[in-house]
Amino acid sequence: METVRIMPCLDMKEGRVVKGIHFVDLKDAGDPVENASFYQREGADELAMLDIAATVENRKTRLEWVKNVSSVIDIPLTVGGGISTLEDIDLVLEAGADKISMNSAAVKDPDLVRDAAKRFGSARITVAIDARRNNEMPSGFELVVSGGRKPVGKDAIEWAKRCQELGAGVILPTSMDGDGTQKGYDLEYIKAISDVVDLPVVASGGAGKLEHFYEGVVMGGAQILLAASVFHYRLISIREVKEYLRGKGLMVLLP
Amino acid sequence: MIAIIDYKAGNLGSVARAINHLGFECRITHNAKELLGADRVIFPGVGSAGQAMQDLKRMDLDQAIYDLYESGKPFLGICLGTQIILEESEENQTACLGLLPGTVKRFPMPLLSDGGKYLKVPHMGWNQVKLKRLHPVFKDVAPESEFYFVHSYFPAPKGVETIIGTTEHGITFTSVLGKRSLIAVQFHPEKSGPPGLTILKNFCLWEV
Repeated sequence: METVRIMPCLDMKEGRVVKGIHFVDLKDAGDPVENASFYQREGADELAMLDIAATVENRKTRLEWVKNVSSVIDIPLTVGGGISTLEDIDLVLEAGADKISMNSAAVKDPDLVRDAAKRFGSARITVAIDARRNNEMPSGFELVVSGGRKPVGKDAIEWAKRCQELGAGVILPTSMDGDGTQKGYDLEYIKAISDVVDLPVVASGGAGKLEHFYEGVVMGGAQILLAASVFHYRLISIREVKEYLRGKGLMVLLP
Repeated sequence: MIAIIDYKAGNLGSVARAINHLGFECRITHNAKELLGADRVIFPGVGSAGQAMQDLKRMDLDQAIYDLYESGKPFLGICLGTQIILEESEENQTACLGLLPGTVKRFPMPLLSDGGKYLKVPHMGWNQVKLKRLHPVFKDVAPESEFYFVHSYFPAPKGVETIIGTTEHGITFTSVLGKRSLIAVQFHPEKSGPPGLTILKNFCLWEV
């Protein structure tokens, strides 16, 4: 049996950790280095950091926090948000990230996924795929970009397949209908993605209760479980999640 | 002094931090002379075989690596560093360093577990290593220890004499290989918690 991994996510804005609901309404909540070491101590298997206000002037700041955070943790670090060129990827990896995640830039220029996988290796390239429900799409899920604000008119599930062909190493599906609500992962969407790709899938968006994590694996087919607010506001600890999953018969690594 | 070979292939900082944490000194360097002057060498790497070989050649480090291997100093390969010590990789059909005979193969698809479940590639996450023979670098490592893996390709050494440990991911592949002063692991000991640190510590103390 595969070991299920827990991946807390820090949403970043101008070098600080924030967390919003439905991708807006931000609330300042802390120092990234403190949060990162806290999660590692709690037993996180991986850490994600998402730069949600990745403007050009913010990129320098980003390299600083990537460097600071990666120097206090030894679990794999995925950094996403505003990564749009091979140079961006190079700098973020150089600063100490283990993997990068891209989203809008990949939709805009799919060759970027191919080139990045070729240059940095598939295992370091995550493609985040945001979607919302839209019955006009064959799968019922429409791809959205720009932090969930802009529908693209493309089928999100078809895009996931295409990302695999291009050489992506991990798919991170987030449903706009679920993010930040703590009402549970959008299992239909995550399942639709994990059914069509052979890549590891990170369930993201909406985890709020212990059951949600279990459902992400068993019903969603995910290998990695990402959550932000529920950990951020200390509603559930990572250890509690892992003990719960183990009690349900799943394999987890408890430190 | 322990040297970490710097060829712009990935997260060398975490390896250096782990070594320092264990109380050993190390230096990240791409200077061939400095590498050859070190007591022992770590050859890490994440990324793609094609790009890595290109970078090694461009930085004139391929010859230094042959010389290091010949010198008999303890040499630790990690992840991509482990793969490219073999002769050839299926990844971009790359001719590699050839310190040990064998090739690097991609996981076949579809990949099924014992229970018939579809497995994912890249193999990413925690997994065990089954030792085929004892090795000083694996001293005090419990058999059920889990290590962190991230890879789509795996080492396929020729002959069994270089195989030290194997791992299951749909197929059984060689996850630890070595010969004389060379030990190479497919997982990331620097990201594998206490058992990973034990391996790094053993390596730092290993008298070949």
